[in-house]
Amino acid sequence: MPKYKLKINGSMQSFEAAEDTPLLWALRDQLNLVGAKYGCGIGQCGACTVHVNGIATRSCQLKVSQLDNKEITTIEGLSKDGSHPVQKAWKEVDVPQCGYCQAGQIMTAAAFLDQNSNPTEQEIKNAMHGNICRCAAYNRIQKAVALAVDPNLANVVDRKSENTQA
Amino acid sequence: MPTKISSKFSRRSFLRTSSLASGGMLIGFNFFSSCKDSVKMPDDISKLNYNDFNAFIKIANNGMVTIFSPNPEIGQGVKTSMPMIIAEELDVPWENVNVVQGVLDTSNYTRQVAGGSQSIRFGWDALRQTGASAREILVNAAATRWGVKPSECDVKNGVISNAKGETLGYGDVVNEAAILENERAIQFAKLTKEEQSAENEEVLRLKKPEEYTLIGKDIGNVDIDKIITGKPLFGLDFKSEGMVYACVLRPPAFGQILEYYDETAAKEVTDVIDVFKIGDKAKAMLAKEDVNWTVKLPETDKIVVIAKNTWAAIKGKNALKAKWKQVSKAENSEEQDEKMLTLLNGNKFTNLRKDGDVVKAFKQADKVIERVFESPFLPHNCMEPMNFYANVTPERIHLVGPVQTPADAAATVASMLGREMSEVHLEMTRMGGGFGRRLYGDFVYEAAEISHTIKKPIKMISSREDDMTTGIYRPAIKYKIAASIKDNTITGYHLKEVAIGGNMYGLIPNFFPAGAISNYQVDVAKLDSNITVGAWRAPFTNFLAFAEQSFLDELAEEIGKDAVQLRLDLLQKVKGTTDERIQYSPERMEEVIHLAVEKSGYRTPKEDVFQGFCAYYCHNTHVAEVADVVIESGMPVVKKVTVAVDCGIVVNPLGALNQIEGGVIDGVGHAMYGDFKFKEGKPSSNNYNTYRLIRNGEAPKVETHFVKNTKRPTGLGEPTLPPAGAAVAIALKKATGKRFYKQPFSTNLASQSIIG
Ligand code: FES
Ligand code: FES
Repeated sequence: MPKYKLKINGSMQSFEAAEDTPLLWALRDQLNLVGAKYGCGIGQCGACTVHVNGIATRSCQLKVSQLDNKEITTIEGLSKDGSHPVQKAWKEVDVPQCGYCQAGQIMTAAAFLDQNSNPTEQEIKNAMHGNICRCAAYNRIQKAVALAVDPNLANVVDRKSENTQA
Repeated sequence: MPTKISSKFSRRSFLRTSSLASGGMLIGFNFFSSCKDSVKMPDDISKLNYNDFNAFIKIANNGMVTIFSPNPEIGQGVKTSMPMIIAEELDVPWENVNVVQGVLDTSNYTRQVAGGSQSIRFGWDALRQTGASAREILVNAAATRWGVKPSECDVKNGVISNAKGETLGYGDVVNEAAILENERAIQFAKLTKEEQSAENEEVLRLKKPEEYTLIGKDIGNVDIDKIITGKPLFGLDFKSEGMVYACVLRPPAFGQILEYYDETAAKEVTDVIDVFKIGDKAKAMLAKEDVNWTVKLPETDKIVVIAKNTWAAIKGKNALKAKWKQVSKAENSEEQDEKMLTLLNGNKFTNLRKDGDVVKAFKQADKVIERVFESPFLPHNCMEPMNFYANVTPERIHLVGPVQTPADAAATVASMLGREMSEVHLEMTRMGGGFGRRLYGDFVYEAAEISHTIKKPIKMISSREDDMTTGIYRPAIKYKIAASIKDNTITGYHLKEVAIGGNMYGLIPNFFPAGAISNYQVDVAKLDSNITVGAWRAPFTNFLAFAEQSFLDELAEEIGKDAVQLRLDLLQKVKGTTDERIQYSPERMEEVIHLAVEKSGYRTPKEDVFQGFCAYYCHNTHVAEVADVVIESGMPVVKKVTVAVDCGIVVNPLGALNQIEGGVIDGVGHAMYGDFKFKEGKPSSNNYNTYRLIRNGEAPKVETHFVKNTKRPTGLGEPTLPPAGAAVAIALKKATGKRFYKQPFSTNLASQSIIG
């Protein structure tokens, strides 16, 4: 069984996998990073989106054997504590319905805004068009992407919403 | 203390308290059936059991409140809004409230369907009474300590005060409260039956809607931090020590069963552990008489590939060689369509409602209009595919995953494996969408049978292709609606339904326009098929609304009446009706109509914007929608939908708006693009490259307006979807000059040139 060493979220991770294993399943099964989701497995829905060298990429379409010397970032590594502007905007707008597609949406948005810090409405729609949200939270996705680059985001009060210590 | 609405109820019948060993008080309540006298309250959080209680509230020594509920989240926000209702009456700031999803032990579990859009409607009284009871228990303790009457105390934000201005937090009195309640319970048990029922007549004060401080506020999703940081939440994310992965090869077409299979190539795949077939348990269960509606399993063996990881299981499944035998008809949609039309034109119907005499009305009419509306099957396409974890051991059966009918699923697994219900331990995870699909437990039974066979903890994972190929689809449906017009009035209305595998049920025949037309009849017929069908978000109304509302628009045109006015005139006839079957309120319907018309600018048309109006009632909610269509590069585009909703009190507007936006865009998307056919029993598409779901750039902007009132809340997960397709069809008619009778509209749009 081949061994792989990949740079994921800033640190080197070793694991064993068949060489045709898509990055998505290696992340989820071997590396316990379950943020990237399986939605279609054929590059159509974007639920599995991660960053490879800063570019939004569908992890279901990448083999682990193609990733030597690449820097991979997953939703777990986008920020330490959910403080990336896109994550903050997502929380403020309260985007998710079921939430399943949202990691992929956030990763697509984050990579897009790295390239375009002042997008128009149409550019946002185009950039997010590849990510399906079956719950159709599209209005809020657009709103949150716009808010993520809005200077007012800094003034947004952190809304108390989650606290699940048992 | 502010004036409160009084409500008489018997607290002791549904609520129990205990002191926690760790300090603080635990309140358990069961609001769907009373607590049994014998129930024991746990004294430790790790021992919470949901057999006798629906949920628990823990009030800690520091005043923090934790609400434990096994209620799962499928995307409708009930995990946030239901605790909000308790917290409102308990009168604690939301900052002091934690919401924790409990583990469900299913024996005696009373709620059959969890997480449906009706949860709020059913829970409204019980949740408020629970919160208010907890508040009174605490106030009582403070009053006892001060030596005053509870009625002389005031509560605000978790702080109790008396006339002297002294204050005590909930945390300060919670231990005493638990002791006092315990003493009261002991005293109560000693009373005679008569004395007990007198005690039970206590008056509980509930807040008036204008006193609400939390209900009506925007509260964020309770799982938001986990969602945006990618923490494990969903069924697919669940893992346990020693767990292996299972993929299942099922028949590729309806009507087929397994004949034989060859596992050689599959077993050669690295990391594949085992290959075997399952089906005996499921088939034996199907042979039993008492199989209920949530069981939808084909009578066939299936082949299971067990592997160390998901990828190996997928590859193993793909490497399997199997031969399938056609044992019942290989269905074709075209043929089914013809049969449905024949049925629709025939006379073999079951009558669901009959007012007056439509035959006579049609005979005496100046004109009779008749139209046929057609819809395809639809797969659910939950973003998270079907999956479930099962660990069947001699001691117990542990099941974890996303299912909306946990009690049914657990009972069926117990019966299937010949085990006691008390051995089944089912935990619900957050669900990556439901839309009706997770009401059926087929994937739970599969997981259980696999684990039972291999004696290991397993997770069964379906692929997108599996989900779309072996689904429980929204049935293909056709409606024929005929109406008679005499002296420019609608005098008769006859609706006929032909659907595959089942028909509209319950109260649907009594929705608008029932009662508004003197001669009115609803008849249904079904076409049998081996294709499994079932509930799909807003069952039946999801297509019926399009048919009826489009038809009314056409009738308005025929009569030469304004489409809005036609609805308003019809509603006049229902006012003051004594027909108790009528489900909707004409007054509430009028209000949403006026609101939608006003907010959408329907009366001041803009050049190049084509507006489609409709009004509908379903799932206890009145909705009016106006769709705006414009022509872009020669094609009509849905730009915006204005929605007016009367769902009573809006508990959490932030969550409610999300539901409405999703429902409307889902409705637009499936009406525009949702196309699904069968050829030789096989679906026409099995993944998103060939099946079109609405995407970001196609989504209209949804603008929502609530009717403000203080009526009890109704559900929002479903009712805004059905009218959306109608509003779009009517706007498309204005934009293109063409009426749309068939969904999806996109296939018709592509084949015709657009008249701008
Ligand atoms: S799972 Fe990768 S694009 Fe859908
Ligand atoms: S939030 Fe459910 S799929 Fe996007």
